[in-house]
Amino acid sequence: MRNPFVMDCGVYHASYREDMAILSAPAARVKVACIIAGLLVFPWLVNPYYVGVANLVGIAAIGAVGLNILTGFTGQISIGQGAFMAVGAYTAAFLTAKMGLSFWIALPAAGLVTAAVGAVFGIPSLRLKGLYLAIATLAAQMIVEFVVVHWTAVTNGTAGIVVSRPSIGGLVLQSNRAFYYLVLALSIAAVVFAMNLMRTRVGRAFMAIRDRDLAAAVMGINLFKYKVLAFALSSFYAGVGGALWGHYMEVISPEHFTIAVSIEYLAMIIIGGLGSVLGSVYGACFIILLPIILRGLAGYLAAGIPGIENIMLGLQHAFFGLIIILFLVFEPEGLAKLWKNVKDYFKLWPFSY
Amino acid sequence: MDFFLQVFVTGLVVGSVYALVALGFVLIYKASDVINFAQGQLLLVGAYVSLTLATVYEVPFLLAVLLALLASVALGLAVERFVLRPFIGEPVISVIMATIGLSSFLGGVIQVIWGTETRTFPQVFPTAPVHFGPVVVSQVYLWSLGLVLLLLLVFSLFFKYSRTGIVMRATADDQTAALSMGISVKKVFGITWAIAAVVASVGGILIGNINGVNPSLAQIGLKVLPVAILGGLDSVPGAILGGFIIGLLENVVGGYLDPLVGGGVKEVIPFVILVLVLMIRPYGLFGKEIIERV
Repeated sequence: MRNPFVMDCGVYHASYREDMAILSAPAARVKVACIIAGLLVFPWLVNPYYVGVANLVGIAAIGAVGLNILTGFTGQISIGQGAFMAVGAYTAAFLTAKMGLSFWIALPAAGLVTAAVGAVFGIPSLRLKGLYLAIATLAAQMIVEFVVVHWTAVTNGTAGIVVSRPSIGGLVLQSNRAFYYLVLALSIAAVVFAMNLMRTRVGRAFMAIRDRDLAAAVMGINLFKYKVLAFALSSFYAGVGGALWGHYMEVISPEHFTIAVSIEYLAMIIIGGLGSVLGSVYGACFIILLPIILRGLAGYLAAGIPGIENIMLGLQHAFFGLIIILFLVFEPEGLAKLWKNVKDYFKLWPFSY
Repeated sequence: MDFFLQVFVTGLVVGSVYALVALGFVLIYKASDVINFAQGQLLLVGAYVSLTLATVYEVPFLLAVLLALLASVALGLAVERFVLRPFIGEPVISVIMATIGLSSFLGGVIQVIWGTETRTFPQVFPTAPVHFGPVVVSQVYLWSLGLVLLLLLVFSLFFKYSRTGIVMRATADDQTAALSMGISVKKVFGITWAIAAVVASVGGILIGNINGVNPSLAQIGLKVLPVAILGGLDSVPGAILGGFIIGLLENVVGGYLDPLVGGGVKEVIPFVILVLVLMIRPYGLFGKEIIERV
């Protein structure tokens, strides 16, 4: 009999159905149920500040999963995720704050508008590859930033837009705890959708394009359709993430969506693991928590030293850069691979040989 | 007309600095297929080191510049050895992310050491402006334009005639062939990064003499992308011409449109040009067209 406590020790699949299952062993299902239960009770175990941090992680995870669909699965490098989040945030804010529509209409609308914008910027991807595409998305970032600052009729320019938290029926999600459940639901939906997407015809087409686009074209994959689709999907995620972010922060302004944000998202998927859906979530946790932990450390170590703020900000950038480089050199597959290594080690522990 | 000439001259000077910084960028790309997103930070390091030497330690300006350039050489070599060397043969995204990480790292270190406020160079160039008919040009502009042109000339001669220059061109042309001729490709990569850091520093020092030095100068590192794409990523003459074209266009167009839309046009024009070039002629004015064969 198989040991009921192990996750999976080998491949024992007897049908295609089993082979395709995301959670192959019964214990894995129990584990996921425990994690979800843990996430559900989490806000009541810690103080609201940490719930707020968790909200930011959840929102970042949505954006990072989206970017991973584009960059990790389809191989199209994008330095424009921050710009796409801006499009989503501003669309949602415009619809709720200026048009007076409900958040529940504005959220999908923001996703769809961002998907359309993303698809437009994805069109050059048919001709441009690798480096050139990265530079084109960088241009998209700059142009969107410019439009956001100057199209004051919609965006209020640098003054920003004030929006209010969404409500369900009469219940306003004013507290971090209430908002947490919205973020949790959406980020779980985002992760599950992405995981399932990769098992479909579309997902396989994405991966074929990543591995060798010419070979994919020879096999009958319509490059234009799938590349634009990848851009649209990724931007949809960014749009939803941006809309959530705007309604969580309650005020949005252009400086929240600069190129630094795009780079952070790229760092999330690099550190988390390119081409791994859960990796994007780990990466989002890591990148959001890193500055918070560093700031906490600085608070303990250097309270009262003049000019420490500036130095800490600099150190934070330096540390961020250093971590990206170290991950790229020593574990290019990111946290997802590290975690897998740990699990693999304990599978046969203590008799590893 | 006067206004046009004024922005034209400014564009020429800014363009000359772009050309210089883009030269280093293109050299790196040609030699090792690396897009260097940290070019702006290399520029800042050169500017800050020379400025600190000149103001805090009161070293004579020329000596300070020389020392700063030496520091740039060391920085370029160190970056190549410790950051880029592990990425030879890695996928494009790893290399891009590595240089982005490098730019974040250098930017952070610069902020820790020098803070964020604008610092100014001691007066080196005479202040009296020069009049060309209706156009008033400050002398520092003329100096930097002249110096850049001189440097560009020196570098073209260096690549054409010196032994190292020929070795670098050979490596850029075909790494395998260069290796089999006994050229140390690693050494060439190192020299390339050193030269890129030096030209970026010169650009930084010149711009710093015009506007003062602050971290936002690193933006030039991103502006270099449109320049290099316009000229062709792997073409040195293209980078130089592209630098002048982008500098002129952004200043002339920005000069006329800024009052109409409320500023910021200068920053976005190069990227609009970039998108147009990518749509129409992705390999730029003089770049080599890549033909993919199955």
